[in-house]
Amino acid sequence: MKKSILHALVLCGLLFASCTAWSQYGGELRFCVRAEPKTFDPLLVDDDPSDTVRYLTAGVLVRTNRVTQQLEPQLALSWKVSENGQRITFKLRRDLYFSDGSPFSATDVAYTVRRLMDPNLHSSTADPFRSGPGDVDVRILASDRVAIRFPAPVAGLDRLFDQVPIMSSTSPKKEMAVLGPFNIADYKPGEYVLLKRNPNYWKHDAAGRRLPYLDSVRIEVEQNRDLEMLHFVRGEVDLINSLDPEYFSRLSSQAESTAHDAGVSLDPEMMWLNQVPTAPIPAYKKAWFASTMFRQALSKAINREDMARIVFRGHAHPAFGPISPANTFWFNSKLKAQAYDPQSAIRELAQDGFKLQDGTLKDRGGNAVEFSVITNAGNKYRAAMAAMMQQDLAKIGIRLNIVTLDFPSLMERISRTFDYEACLLGLVNTELDPNVQMNVWLSSAADHQWNPQQKNPATAWESEIDRLIRAQASTSDVRKRKQYFDRVQEIVREQNPFIYLLNKDALSGIASTVRNAQPSVLRPQTYWNIDELYLQSHADVARSR
Amino acid sequence: MNTGRWIAICLLGLVLTASLLANFIAPASYAEQFRDLPGASPSARHWLGTDDLGRDRFSRLLYGTRISLLLAPAAALVSTLLAGVIGGLAGYLGGGFEGTAMWVTDLFLSLPWLFLLVAVRAMLPLNVSPLASVIITFALLGILGWAAAARVVCAGSRTLRNSDFVLQARASGVSGPRVFAVHIFPNLAPVLLAQFWISIPVFILTEANLGVLGLGVAEPLPSWGSLLREIEGYSAASQPWLFVPLLLLVAVVTCFQVALSSKELPS
Repeated sequence: MKKSILHALVLCGLLFASCTAWSQYGGELRFCVRAEPKTFDPLLVDDDPSDTVRYLTAGVLVRTNRVTQQLEPQLALSWKVSENGQRITFKLRRDLYFSDGSPFSATDVAYTVRRLMDPNLHSSTADPFRSGPGDVDVRILASDRVAIRFPAPVAGLDRLFDQVPIMSSTSPKKEMAVLGPFNIADYKPGEYVLLKRNPNYWKHDAAGRRLPYLDSVRIEVEQNRDLEMLHFVRGEVDLINSLDPEYFSRLSSQAESTAHDAGVSLDPEMMWLNQVPTAPIPAYKKAWFASTMFRQALSKAINREDMARIVFRGHAHPAFGPISPANTFWFNSKLKAQAYDPQSAIRELAQDGFKLQDGTLKDRGGNAVEFSVITNAGNKYRAAMAAMMQQDLAKIGIRLNIVTLDFPSLMERISRTFDYEACLLGLVNTELDPNVQMNVWLSSAADHQWNPQQKNPATAWESEIDRLIRAQASTSDVRKRKQYFDRVQEIVREQNPFIYLLNKDALSGIASTVRNAQPSVLRPQTYWNIDELYLQSHADVARSR
Repeated sequence: MNTGRWIAICLLGLVLTASLLANFIAPASYAEQFRDLPGASPSARHWLGTDDLGRDRFSRLLYGTRISLLLAPAAALVSTLLAGVIGGLAGYLGGGFEGTAMWVTDLFLSLPWLFLLVAVRAMLPLNVSPLASVIITFALLGILGWAAAARVVCAGSRTLRNSDFVLQARASGVSGPRVFAVHIFPNLAPVLLAQFWISIPVFILTEANLGVLGLGVAEPLPSWGSLLREIEGYSAASQPWLFVPLLLLVAVVTCFQVALSSKELPS
């Protein structure tokens, strides 16, 4: 009798477990993107909405785990980068199929890489691979092995394949045949993109069941953030990426469990002073801006803690430099945050020949220190940051005028006419490897904002940064590259060409019905592990509570 | 004078007086940031609470009202005078000049105002003080806002051109410029006055629109535009005191309209 009861209990337990397991399957995850995807060709993606579709549909050889920041094998079982960083060899998984049933092999990888690197395609995804003149040599070593040789060393070569979607060389469906967890099922311009589960997706969960759990993903096109928030609160969408602090606070007060602060992000907010020699600004101001001590004093006089607390409601952190602490490997942990110290700033300015007279700072020539900072109109956070800097700098006698400009006018001034004095802007960093910042740090680069496109480095420290940046790009030894970038961070900290202010936190909203979500500081914050996400009914959520 | 007009004028007077006495009434400077109290709710210390940077909202409302209520009439005066000269001369001279002037007027009316203001504002020098920036903003409004009024003035001037007293003056040998200055322009005064009153709320609203775009009055100076920016977004509904600047704007614009419409009523 006891035995049969035990058997019955075990049977019930197994039945319950299997029901619970299968209940993970099904459902539609919904979220919004701000604009229409420009393309569904994964190699031509250069906008966020298209990148979202690519991320959810495309299979890649390797993928960066957004939480551990480690590179993980995907379609490739293993890979090896040559010592000089010019060649990479992939060993591929066998017996995989695209969504339309066509088989996956090294031929597809070769086809993808050749198409990607075709100069006529003008793919922005290919840009980081273009390390030097010459053709890329792709060799199929076996049906599951492929070697790719680049004409010059490519820094962080293996990580770049996180962005390379593998396309089928044989499928008549072309880019619609995918290796990712979902494929495009329907698209209504201006309304939505509907993705359905890829029945041939290669990944399985720990119990051996095929992923993804979700039946479909519906990506709504919604420009209005207020409406997106409203849809989220009503339960009509399940995720919100990159929440504003204001919305985050609102969400926290309404349903705390749905608001997630993943911590400091990669994106810095910074100010720089115009150091372009030909800029149409007075010579005495150029002399201030070129002075390291002046820039250092400005940096010390800005209260970043207050800025983070007040403007971003505590959801930001004082920035250390070009690499955010969120970038665990590349961040130079020896650096310390710039302390707010107006008295030290005044002393430093005095050493540089400035005098504080009746609350006004004057230079050696008796010119009152006054300059304008431009920022983009419509961004209330930057306007508020500027207003706080205005009050902070007033304490050391500097008068700061704030000018908000529409974005095209601002870009015209900072990149063509150079008719500005200081600029407050932010950067969006999507890559962990700082090699992608070469276009900012090389003195000859167009995005070397404080003094772009120099024929020869204007200062010794810029020359030193040039040397370090080039050195890191020519080696695949990650430790050496780290040493070089650590030094770059130290120089930037000493010289303050960009006065780094804050790193915003990565804020997101995730409905309580979405399970397995692990919000990350890296994009895409909420659905980076889309194949593992599943939906619970509201009743189950209530029961589990 | 009817009761409605009296109430409107009294309210306008009250608002204007309070804003002019802002230095004495306001509990704090409009720029002072109480960093320990950002986004505070109304209290005895801060009657309308504090804004996101901890600045006293009541003080900013008083100073912002002063700026909007003083500079909007100034801009209205500029635009009305321009409309008077251009529209008046067009109506008086007629012919090719009128055609050209009305063509230019139509061109001005067809231009996308807001984008034009944004573009002109972007071309101005950057290093100007907040006070200069606010004056520039309203001066632009005045200089660019004459077209609609010019059409009305032109029609009025055209009617006057053919009136008996103007014909008599011309027959008596009075020179053309003198006829315009002495006989036409003064008789356009009621039309110009009406256009002046109508322009004031229009300019206040335009500055508010520019402020919402972040292109109006520069920080830290407040204006109704910058104050209205606080109600954009999702969280305003739970903070009704944020709507006080909007209510004041609606009240002032309504008072202007009531004062104007009462004036037009036959006594």
